[in-house]
Amino acid sequence: MGVEIRVEGLTKSFGRQVIWQDVSLTLPAGEISVLLGPSGTGKSVFLKSLVGLLKPDRGNIWIGDRNLPYLPEGQLYDTRKLFGVLFQDGALFGSMNLFDNIAFPLREHTRKSESEIKRIVLEKMEMVGLLGAEKKLPGEISGGMKKRAGLARALVLDPEILLVDEPDSGLDPVRTAYLNQLIVDLNAQINATFLIVTHDINTARTVPDNIGLLFRRELVMFGPREMLLSSEEPVVRQFLNARRQGPIGMSEEKDVSELEAEARMGADPGRLPPIPPQLMPSDGRVRPAQSPPGAWLRAHGVQPPPGSFVDETGRNWIEEWPRYVATMGPVGAAAGPGQAPPPGPPPQHPHGPKPGMPPAGGPHR
Amino acid sequence: MTTPGIGANQGADQTRESGKGPGRLTKFSDGLVNVAIKEPGRFFALCLDTFRAMFKRPVQWREFIEQSWFIVSVTAIPTMLVAIPFGAILSLQVGGLIRQLGAQSFTGATAVVAIVREASPLVTALLIAGAAGSAMCADIGSRKIREEIDAMEVLGINPLHRLVVPRMLACAFIGLFLNGLVSVVGLMGGYFFNVVLQDGTPGAYLASFNAMAQLPDLIQAEVKAFFFGITAGLVAAYKGLNAKGGPKGVGDAVNQTVVITFMLLFLENFLISALYFQLVPQKGM
Ligand SMILES: Nc1ncnc2c1ncn2[C@@H]1O[C@H](COP(=O)(O)OP(=O)(O)OP(=O)(O)O)[C@@H](O)[C@H]1O
Ligand SMILES: [Mg+2]
Repeated sequence: MGVEIRVEGLTKSFGRQVIWQDVSLTLPAGEISVLLGPSGTGKSVFLKSLVGLLKPDRGNIWIGDRNLPYLPEGQLYDTRKLFGVLFQDGALFGSMNLFDNIAFPLREHTRKSESEIKRIVLEKMEMVGLLGAEKKLPGEISGGMKKRAGLARALVLDPEILLVDEPDSGLDPVRTAYLNQLIVDLNAQINATFLIVTHDINTARTVPDNIGLLFRRELVMFGPREMLLSSEEPVVRQFLNARRQGPIGMSEEKDVSELEAEARMGADPGRLPPIPPQLMPSDGRVRPAQSPPGAWLRAHGVQPPPGSFVDETGRNWIEEWPRYVATMGPVGAAAGPGQAPPPGPPPQHPHGPKPGMPPAGGPHR
Repeated sequence: MTTPGIGANQGADQTRESGKGPGRLTKFSDGLVNVAIKEPGRFFALCLDTFRAMFKRPVQWREFIEQSWFIVSVTAIPTMLVAIPFGAILSLQVGGLIRQLGAQSFTGATAVVAIVREASPLVTALLIAGAAGSAMCADIGSRKIREEIDAMEVLGINPLHRLVVPRMLACAFIGLFLNGLVSVVGLMGGYFFNVVLQDGTPGAYLASFNAMAQLPDLIQAEVKAFFFGITAGLVAAYKGLNAKGGPKGVGDAVNQTVVITFMLLFLENFLISALYFQLVPQKGM
């Protein structure tokens, strides 16, 4: 079971450059959260602060009852064993081949036999589609392969918390789709707390349970996916819809004259696009941390934009959900691992692929 | 400056515009504080942490042996190539002078003083700093900018224990050998020049050598070499671990490592020599 991370009033600056200040958020245990923000707003710095690689100027990071920035070294190294981290550039050890890279945490922290290590490493490599590249050195593979190898290494100790910095940068759209599915499947399987930094709007809209947005040295908003996707807040709206109209400009923020010009032109923010259904695990179950579609909206009396929660086959997920879950059993306590979803006409798995088949895309594509 | 909505750069511009003097002055004093207090402070913090990490289990034998071998491979041949001409030059310069004074039989004695006591630690320093230290700094620095060091820490492994301690000890260990190597090769070079090219007699060379040389000469040189190795290792680790700003940052770090290590080693050399003369009574002739 994942671990909750509670961040309170976190501030970080390098010299006089304030990166972000007063960031407070809670990453709920076992849920997938996505952190968005324009390039250079300090998403990677935030990730590094969460594992204690960078010391914040102020604020607390609570992991259980431990406050990370103030831990003595021994406990810090101990706490880090909860984490799996994929860095922006993969951060593979340049002197080791991929196999040794991925086996490294196992060899350091466990007493497993070499044959067992081999089995685990090959399993993880297959998971990220790198079988056959075991003997390659990090210098000899592409950027996307480095990313996937880094992910395999982060997963090898079955972490309680998985931090991933831009898993999809440098990957082609097909691989990104597979990767998103992999993230959802992994979460269903190991039920760890996930934080994913991404620039991919599609990932941000369909994968997570929660979304956060960093902009102008502040955390503009953090909350359930449906809250941000239905938000009228200009920054959130501009970012989640990848538009030019809005407060974000090419160099981080627009100046006043630009904004006025935009207002004069009568740039209409338009209607919010529909909220897509969330990506489901490919084995046809519901993730324990997943909440039903539209739950947040209903609880807060917000009207979803028209056409929301409808997948490409025209099924409305708000209507399908109760029947779907009924055949699944109660959320979380549902079917045991590997058990196929019970057959039945309406609650058919939305993704098409049967368990065991390669997951391809999602209902939103 | 920290008001949301006002860029950090804008804030900086304002201070610069409002008064040219103070801005520059603060920058200068910032730099001074950095060089005089912060950097040495951080360096000593690293030294202490490394020292603590030295006693952690398990000992990284494999890394130690690999690094020792690596340092030998980059320093052994240059060391010999520097040591031979060093001995020869000494014989040429001092030998000529001594002959004019009519004290030719003391050439051997000069070789002891010059080569065993002073030249061999210096040549060792040269190679440890220039060849081993720079290579180590480049290695650690490039790991740092590739985020390998961060990745290691996240995997719960202390890079000081894992990378720095074995390198530092390898440096010191190989320093001991290099020092011995320089002494032997330098003396052989000096002997060859003196006896074969300057018509000195082997007997006189060895006799005056024995009159002047004593075991503590070698020991103090070895002590020096050991500390040189430790220092070079620590400086290289410090600069490498603090490299930033991409490949150029690594280049800068290597450059600074060599310069700083040299300065520290020459200082250490002086201090240990001074201490040696205070503590160990010298042989007369
Ligand atoms: N070690 C450091 N020292 C000084 N400044 C730094 C350091 N690391 C990052 N920064 C600064 O912090 C800011 C945020 O950097 P960061 O890498 O977190 O951005 P990001 O949001 O991850 O961007 P991207 O989406 O492009 O990866 C940048 O302005 C960068 O210059
Ligand atoms: Mg980044």
